[in-house]
Amino acid sequence: MASLVLLDVGQPTQVEATIDESGVWIDAAGVKAALGWELKPEGLCRDATCIPVAGRPGLMNDGQMNLEGLAELLRRPFAHSPEEGVAYIGPAMELFDHTVKTLEAPDFTLPDLGGRFHSLSEHRGSKVLLAVWASW
Amino acid sequence: MITVAVDRADDARSWIERANPTHPSLIDEHHRLGELYNMVNVPTVVWIDETGRITRPNDVAFTTEKGGRYANVSTDEQMALLRNWVRGQLPPPSDDEIRQRMAPLSDESRVARAHFGLGWWLHQAGRQDAAQHQFQIGGELAPDDFMIRRGAMPLRGSDPFGPEFVEMVTDWLALGHTYYLPLPVE
Repeated sequence: MASLVLLDVGQPTQVEATIDESGVWIDAAGVKAALGWELKPEGLCRDATCIPVAGRPGLMNDGQMNLEGLAELLRRPFAHSPEEGVAYIGPAMELFDHTVKTLEAPDFTLPDLGGRFHSLSEHRGSKVLLAVWASW
Repeated sequence: MITVAVDRADDARSWIERANPTHPSLIDEHHRLGELYNMVNVPTVVWIDETGRITRPNDVAFTTEKGGRYANVSTDEQMALLRNWVRGQLPPPSDDEIRQRMAPLSDESRVARAHFGLGWWLHQAGRQDAAQHQFQIGGELAPDDFMIRRGAMPLRGSDPFGPEFVEMVTDWLALGHTYYLPLPVE
């Protein structure tokens, strides 16, 4: 077993992992701690949603879940640096699907240079021009 | 108006201080907006109405004609359209019209951004060689996703307007690429 930093869209959690030629494997406790999904008899569950895991080849082995297979199950992109002991799982496709369906502008909370946080939702009631730029 | 720099604070600081804005001018060093709004380059603008609804999705817009020429858009026309919208003189587009203008990120971009996120974490942890390796992987996976290729340049110590950028844009334009097709000005 090795220690792995699992980044859930950048949010880090340290989990125990088995790393071999077939990939990265973490147990149910690690999946719940890092990603908020819980392994139950009916499948992988979070809130009111359960995704069946039975019958998915290569996903489960001896009580552990294959991390890349898990990311695919959740429709989320995956990147891993074995030599650095860190893996990253990106946002789910459902987020964009929801935006297209509802046309609700995704809320966000970000700091200004002074460290004060601002949210898009604070400006409900006014038109907002959101302009994204960079020094590059 | 809300402006967001997909930058480290120190990279954006001089620009913000010189502009001295009276609107919220925010820092998004993790490129969250790029993921939330499927943005692939900057500058990108989104119009959001009083109910929090997208009324004009990701579009390329500049405040100067010089910048506009780069992306083949008319800054004057865009600014006129924007003023009409602010004044309530623009008929709202239909939901279908808005949706037709919203494109998901490619699978390659999504995976490339996972590598960028990994690289960003390694960069913050001081593991620069490992970070650069992840930025390179991301850039190779999705060469048209400038959030990755150009966004990584300051993190790599590369001048985002230097020879590497010029070569990258020259090759990109030669292939006939655009990052968004400018939305109609109507």
